[in-house]
Amino acid sequence: MSAQTTHIVGSSPIRKEGVAKVLGRAQYIDDIALPNMWFGATVRSTIPRGRITSITFDPAIPWHEFTIVTAADVPGENTIVHIAKDHLCLASTHVNHPNEPILLLAHPDRAVLPAAVAAVHITYDPLPAVFTIDQAEAPDAPAIWGDPDAPEKNLFKSYLMRSGNESQLDAIFAAADHIVTGEYRTGAQEQLYIENNGIIAEYSATHGVTVRGAMQCPFYVVHALQLVFNLPAEQCRVIQTETGGAFGGKEDFPSVIAAHAALLAMKSGHPVKICYDRAEDLAATTKRHPSRTRIRTAVSKDGKLLGGDIAFCLDGGAYLTLSATVLSRGTIHAAGPYRWPALRVSGKAYATNLPPHGAFRGFGAPQSIFATERHMDRIAHALGITPEDVRRRNLLAPGDRTATGQLVPQSGPDTVDMQHLLTRALTESDYHAKQARFQKENPTSPIKRGIGFATFFHGSGFTGSGERRLNSLVEIELTPTGQPQILVSSTEFGQGTNTILCQIAAETLHLPYDFILIAQPDTKHVPNSGPTVASRTAMIVGKLVERAAQSLVQSLITSGHLPHHYSADDFRHAALAYLAQHGPLKASVRYQSPGDIVWDDDNYKGEAYPAYAWAVYVAEVAVDTTTYAATCTNFYALQEVGKVLHPILAAGQIEGGVAQGIGFALYEKCVWQQGHMANNQMTNYIMPTSADLPPIHVAFEEIPSIHGPFGAKGIGELPMDGPAPAILNAIEDATRIPFNEIPLLPEDIFQRMTANGHTSGDPCVPEATA
Amino acid sequence: MRSNVLQYDLTAPATLEAVLEILAYEPGEYTLIAGGTEIMVALAAGRLAAKKLVSINHLQELRFIAVTPEAITIGSGTTFTDLRKHPVIQSDFPLLKQAASWTGSIANQNRATLGGNIVNASPAADTPPALLACEATLTLVSKRGTRTMPYTDFHLGYKKTALAPDELLHSIHIKRNLNGYIPYTRKVGTRNAQAISKVALAALCLTAEGVVKDIRIGAASLQDRPARLTATEQALLNQPITPATIAAARAALLTETHPIDDIRSTAQYRAHVAANLLEEFLLSL
Repeated sequence: MSAQTTHIVGSSPIRKEGVAKVLGRAQYIDDIALPNMWFGATVRSTIPRGRITSITFDPAIPWHEFTIVTAADVPGENTIVHIAKDHLCLASTHVNHPNEPILLLAHPDRAVLPAAVAAVHITYDPLPAVFTIDQAEAPDAPAIWGDPDAPEKNLFKSYLMRSGNESQLDAIFAAADHIVTGEYRTGAQEQLYIENNGIIAEYSATHGVTVRGAMQCPFYVVHALQLVFNLPAEQCRVIQTETGGAFGGKEDFPSVIAAHAALLAMKSGHPVKICYDRAEDLAATTKRHPSRTRIRTAVSKDGKLLGGDIAFCLDGGAYLTLSATVLSRGTIHAAGPYRWPALRVSGKAYATNLPPHGAFRGFGAPQSIFATERHMDRIAHALGITPEDVRRRNLLAPGDRTATGQLVPQSGPDTVDMQHLLTRALTESDYHAKQARFQKENPTSPIKRGIGFATFFHGSGFTGSGERRLNSLVEIELTPTGQPQILVSSTEFGQGTNTILCQIAAETLHLPYDFILIAQPDTKHVPNSGPTVASRTAMIVGKLVERAAQSLVQSLITSGHLPHHYSADDFRHAALAYLAQHGPLKASVRYQSPGDIVWDDDNYKGEAYPAYAWAVYVAEVAVDTTTYAATCTNFYALQEVGKVLHPILAAGQIEGGVAQGIGFALYEKCVWQQGHMANNQMTNYIMPTSADLPPIHVAFEEIPSIHGPFGAKGIGELPMDGPAPAILNAIEDATRIPFNEIPLLPEDIFQRMTANGHTSGDPCVPEATA
Repeated sequence: MRSNVLQYDLTAPATLEAVLEILAYEPGEYTLIAGGTEIMVALAAGRLAAKKLVSINHLQELRFIAVTPEAITIGSGTTFTDLRKHPVIQSDFPLLKQAASWTGSIANQNRATLGGNIVNASPAADTPPALLACEATLTLVSKRGTRTMPYTDFHLGYKKTALAPDELLHSIHIKRNLNGYIPYTRKVGTRNAQAISKVALAALCLTAEGVVKDIRIGAASLQDRPARLTATEQALLNQPITPATIAAARAALLTETHPIDDIRSTAQYRAHVAANLLEEFLLSL
């Protein structure tokens, strides 16, 4: 190979699509118009649950100008398939949540649609509804989903993870020095991608359905369209257009809007565009699953975990969608990066009459990690030791096994020492000195300051045997100009997919970054490299790109066109010569499971993930006793993510994730009124602005992983996990009040501070220890 | 966009006189639009009931700040950015400058006008508490003539004002007689920027030898309209700042505030925090 002295992996080239975005040339779905295109709109339910008794059309509207689609127009199955088929494409007899789609309208003039939607009058026979986990699991709850005679009503899915001497838990609790219990809750959170959901669909009797739009997972959409239209995959073509953010919010939902637009296209005979406005997107599309976690731990007097019993519950909304897999990741991550001699984690996802909750950065892990990291501090306070001590005595060390039995490597690659990470994070954040200073200053200040942290890890890639099932395929082809072009269904939505995959190919091929191309994800042309989710793109897809690049260059060398040592010009000449002599060249590689990765889906045992990213996050807060507002004033994010492929993008991922985590902890609250999101506008759904965010100090440890390209692991979801517990731990440090529910708003702090009979942060005893 | 713009009628007369002519011809039929930062939001959301709009956004005769040694007169078309940048507002009216800086985003501040903020009459608006504390007077014009009124008399109820159907808010007049007054203002919003007030106070206090000689307190989000807290002022007038005075003032404040529970906060929180803000101010005197 050529002697390359500079490395493109580990440097920060400009983003592949960055120039077009900065210059306003990037075409998002609402920028695109097809000839003779109509516009679609959705008529939605106004009640949480009931039987539809009538649908009437106001005669003031010239309905003959419209195309109207109902469930009766669905040529295949009336379902949006994710994991199960319970989610209807269009409701017909019953509705199970507010804003459920019932009818679709299309018209050539977009401006007339809102009035037409309002002129469809639907009456209902209301049925009792449930809106929370507590209501869904109650013995007298109405059965809103599944078998009404099932032993547990409204249960989408449950897991039971047993670890270590789980069968001895009763005896362990009976003999323990301390039993510490706690309950922790997290709320729904909106992804708030800048670009709302939108799709343009076309239909032809000969070619089937073509949809283009904002999305993360083009082949998920293909799969959903196949069922709705009863068509083979080749006749369901899906093209991802420039996508303005996703965060999981465009993982499963685009299947819904794509099916709707395609149904209107089929019936109207026109291409149809549906783009939601912010109010509709907020009210009708997925959010993070609300959670409730109850933790009971047996602890020795020196702070060692002896046993744990964790009941982790999610509110899945009205249909199963992805709840089972969100629950799975949350269940596994509930154990945290700790040694548990005996642990039982029960995970349950319930149905409620809220719009279905879906994927959101972290995918269940931020919920259970919030609970576990708050509980670690609770143990410390109950025992009178420091939060640092309780972690130091329980953190996984090289040679230990995680709760699923996965070995933490003892030497060689992937050997991560959490004690060292903790020391580094506490040192760089000046944790001990700040904590001492705040404790000294707080009694005389109306602003109570505190500092707290969270230690956690996040698995990269699909859980367990997921990657084996996905069986991802990646290709690199030579273009007619002799340039390598990466073909993947992995999508760019702001996080840097295009850039890092091109860096990996450039480094592997010893070619300049600018010479590498990446194709627009179009299922007619790109292979299925799996969904763009689960912190898997850099590690899993990146590794496949590396292997495909190696295969491509091998073909050129074997053919005699390319010498072993070559320049970019040599490569181009060789490529053109190869193309002239042999025709197209495409290197394909498929995922190969590393031999030592074994997962038992039934018992939740084995290698849950090829690798974990590890982190220690430290938050400083100020709680103003005049306004009861808690503000995050400084933040340190230290993580070990393997090789950092692109330092600027990686730091951006961490900063953005921390900001989103701060929103999750202190600002973003979905106000539900009878299952309808009442604050479905950005004026009242409060995400933090730059004026609300602290300096965010990002630091990486780079311990190369054997599983990813050049040692890279996943990074995208990790920063969502740590901020909320670190901040709430800091608030307890500041106020001595244990808050265990997020979002934690000033009104909540006010209520607690004034209810306890004090108006400022007087010390109060930590609540729970038995 | 949830409204069909074809259903709306927008005229943009060349002069103020022509605008008053239209208002006089069909009183109550037309709604004025200046910066549009409120009306365009309602239009996009599909809830703008007014179908006939008259634009005054371009009228330079309403966009001025006139300064004399005794007073400042601000045209109703003056933008928040204009307010923030004006040297006399910066030097003499810090409450108003501060309030203008809180409103919306920079882009909003470049369009939104002081007149619009007053006439829109939201109980949570940012500038009214400052204008109330400064004892501003308003000049209202119509084809019938011109009248002035104290700003304290302008808000009559929730989104209800003293403006007649054919009238337009011409200008806001504030005396430059605040020498020696100690200013205080604090907005408690849902976040630090781009936020609507949960509660806000703007106050001016003149003390002599530790005794309150004059105090004016304007408040947002504590009643159905922007309001002066006169009972609270009375409890403080001619009193020394002692724990007893503070307790009496807090109690008086609670008697004259009627906040609500809504999507942004709770009545209890609003009332309690308003009293905390007042106390913070009094302790700083």
